[in-house]
Amino acid sequence: MTQTLAPPPPAGAPSRVSRLRGIDWRSYAIYIGFAVVFLLFAIFLADDGFLSGTNLLNIFRQTAIISVMAVAMTFVISAAQIDLSIGSVAGLSSVCAALAISATGSALFGVLAGLAVGLVVGIVNGSLVTFLGMPSFLVTLAMLGIAFGLAQLITKSAPVPILHDTFNAIFGGGNLGPIPGLLLWTVVAVAIGWVVLNKTRFGRQVLATGGNRVAAEYTGVNTRRITFTVMLVSSVVAAIAGMLYAGRLESGRYQWGTGDELSVIAAVILGGTSLFGGAGSVIGALFGSLLIGLINNGLILAGFDNSQQQIIRGLIIIVAVALARKR
Amino acid sequence: MSERPSALDKRTKRTSAPAAEMRDIEKGFNGTPVLKGVDFTLARGEVHALAGGNGAGKSTLMKILQGVHRKDAGVIRIGGREVDFSSTADAEAAGVGMVFQEFSLVPTLSVARNIFLNHEPRRFRMIDDKAMIRRAGEILQGMGVDLDPRAEVRTLPTGYWQLTEIAKALALDAKVLIMDEPTASLTKTESEALFELIGRLKAQGVGIVYVSHRMEEVYRICDRITVLRDGGVVLSDAVADLSPEQIVAAIVGREVDALAWVERPAATKDTTPLLEVRNLTAANGVTDMSFTLHAGEILGLAGLMGSGRTELAKLIFGIDRPMSGEILLRGEPAGITNPRIAIAKGIALVPEDRRLQGLVLDHSVRENLLLPLLPGLNRGPLVDDRRGDGLAARLIERLQIKLVSANRPVRLLSGGNQQKVVLAKWLGRDPDLLILDEPTAGVDIGTKSEIIERIRELADSGKAVIVISSELAELLAVSDRVLVLRNGTVTDDLDRRDIDDEESLQLAIQGVRS
Ligand SMILES: Nc1ncnc2c1ncn2[C@@H]1O[C@H](COP(=O)(O)OP(=O)(O)OP(=O)(O)O)[C@@H](O)[C@H]1O
Ligand SMILES: [Mg+2]
Repeated sequence: MTQTLAPPPPAGAPSRVSRLRGIDWRSYAIYIGFAVVFLLFAIFLADDGFLSGTNLLNIFRQTAIISVMAVAMTFVISAAQIDLSIGSVAGLSSVCAALAISATGSALFGVLAGLAVGLVVGIVNGSLVTFLGMPSFLVTLAMLGIAFGLAQLITKSAPVPILHDTFNAIFGGGNLGPIPGLLLWTVVAVAIGWVVLNKTRFGRQVLATGGNRVAAEYTGVNTRRITFTVMLVSSVVAAIAGMLYAGRLESGRYQWGTGDELSVIAAVILGGTSLFGGAGSVIGALFGSLLIGLINNGLILAGFDNSQQQIIRGLIIIVAVALARKR
Repeated sequence: MSERPSALDKRTKRTSAPAAEMRDIEKGFNGTPVLKGVDFTLARGEVHALAGGNGAGKSTLMKILQGVHRKDAGVIRIGGREVDFSSTADAEAAGVGMVFQEFSLVPTLSVARNIFLNHEPRRFRMIDDKAMIRRAGEILQGMGVDLDPRAEVRTLPTGYWQLTEIAKALALDAKVLIMDEPTASLTKTESEALFELIGRLKAQGVGIVYVSHRMEEVYRICDRITVLRDGGVVLSDAVADLSPEQIVAAIVGREVDALAWVERPAATKDTTPLLEVRNLTAANGVTDMSFTLHAGEILGLAGLMGSGRTELAKLIFGIDRPMSGEILLRGEPAGITNPRIAIAKGIALVPEDRRLQGLVLDHSVRENLLLPLLPGLNRGPLVDDRRGDGLAARLIERLQIKLVSANRPVRLLSGGNQQKVVLAKWLGRDPDLLILDEPTAGVDIGTKSEIIERIRELADSGKAVIVISSELAELLAVSDRVLVLRNGTVTDDLDRRDIDDEESLQLAIQGVRS
């Protein structure tokens, strides 16, 4: 019989060592990965102008639209859903906005048309997922094809030029002083997304729904409304992203946004959001998106051709996700 | 280990060596020590109780023996041979089987597939489904369990999950069998079958570690007992030499009163009942159920598994919908079609299955506690986190939840402390009608009497409480009135004063009229 009975350790006062060991390094993997890749490029591509102000701003500008969509996708994946239709919704929205502007000459009607695309698709996606209980993977996979086909159909595959300077300036083309407008869009989206996910009841309920839908429902969370809302927001944000494409490229075209869903999902997962739901990081998603942009930019500067870029990008993503998973 | 012992040596050594031996085991998580030099010896053919308060380290010790966790220091011997498991597969190969406190089943697979998971009988290198179903059937029959091996696990009530877990361990032909709170979700009859089974295994020389918070079970089936407190052994002796008071005192570290009924002043019944259920019938099995509940009253629901207790709770809380009949709240039709309405009308439900229905396991204790309170925690459009921290801290204090930090995942808490989190999260809302479905599952003895005390306090302050419990002693200790349910209907509505003892309630539950 052992009689030595040490007094219990004081609760809530772990030593500094244990606190350090308690840090979950995986949640910082994206920032570490970003820093490492940045440093490598800064060292090896210094002569190719990697560190120049214009190049760095360029990276921001090129990743801005992905970053904006990644903010919404963080909510979708945190709620244990997925949205594969965002890329083609962006394309359809760009086309509808462009057609409305050329028909009416009014930027307002263009914006309304673009937003309407997001609303309609979002309501359809959300309803099918919440009320018919269909898996979001299948619903949005089908929607990917439908939106893409529609955009192609109504434009007969031709680009629709946008001659409205204000629209083009607001949506992606313009600058505010030295700051590119797209950078502002990113900052606003990330700021709103961060506050909503971390500081509001809605955000907590999204995480609870994704973490354990049954327990959330038993606790009084309206899990259907939460699911519907994240699907709706995702489509509306995708529609805004489509208008950013339209403004930046001064035209609506069905190919705008094609394949973006993969970059966006990669950015979100790289950023530490759990693919199984229940945990999400908006800032992480921003850095995931920037990391992808950084890699693209560096590989181009280093002179790799397109096929090589694709392979290297794939490898880097695998390494990054593996690091984020490892205990 | 250079010289090989002769065959005779080996045999004598085998027969004399304990089934399992653990010496000076130490284990910590993230720098917090959980086990501080624990000795534990399990003889062959013995049932050895492992007891202790919530978070004392029982499950951790057993998970080390089972290869789930690695010890930081110490020695483990199985049948006299030193081992160092790095996975559960190692432990299984050495003959250590475990029935987990948290289920380790694949819900989408059949009972038979779960029992033989990773050890499927094969024929021509393909899984032999027929043989598997037959052998699973034999094991279940040997256990005295009436269960179709082809049934998908997720369609079964939780009690059967437990039985499937046990069958799974038995299928491995274990020499050491660890049962972590096996009866926590079993009914009386099922527990009886389990005890019989334990007796049979014991006779076959299997050493069984039995982790339980239930004293009567310890006396009923265990030969020896080891009590852990704060990660150290405080008592290890033959059960027959110990009084229940001695054991409880060792577990809790102080004297605790046994579960006893405290008669409370009868609730005033001339007012409108808080809850009235009239001829309630639903697809979930509830048929033509009627009863009333007044404010200030504690109503116990007794019955077998599948008798309609949990199903009734789900109807009142709006998780399932009735087909016919009425639920009246304060004399008005309740109109509860989902849990949100129920909560808004002052009803709370502590559900049966904490892992599935009660908690978001990967979220922090704090997040879990605050989830039902969020609607009242607004500061403008944002959540008032400062106030939330205070609220969470108070709830943790109130139920004495043992944890390192409220910001760490609830999954890392011990089983009983997880249960306290579920209780605390609803106490925080201060409901008028509190429904508790097996509220003390996995909770230690000291805490159990505290919870019962809390329930009485709630009722004294004018709240109505419905308690569902398979532990009759507890049900009788807390209830003012007991409804006996069978096959979805109320068969008896008994005043607590008219129930003589556990035995007579048991007879009523079984449907034996005296
Ligand atoms: N994986 C883990 N990581 C960190 N801490 C853990 C982990 N598992 C257990 N703990 C902590 O170790 C302590 C002992 O837990 P354990 O589960 O062994 O208790 P127990 O005696 O089985 O309690 P109960 O009766 O409630 O089941 C608890 O304080 C718990 O929070
Ligand atoms: Mg335990």
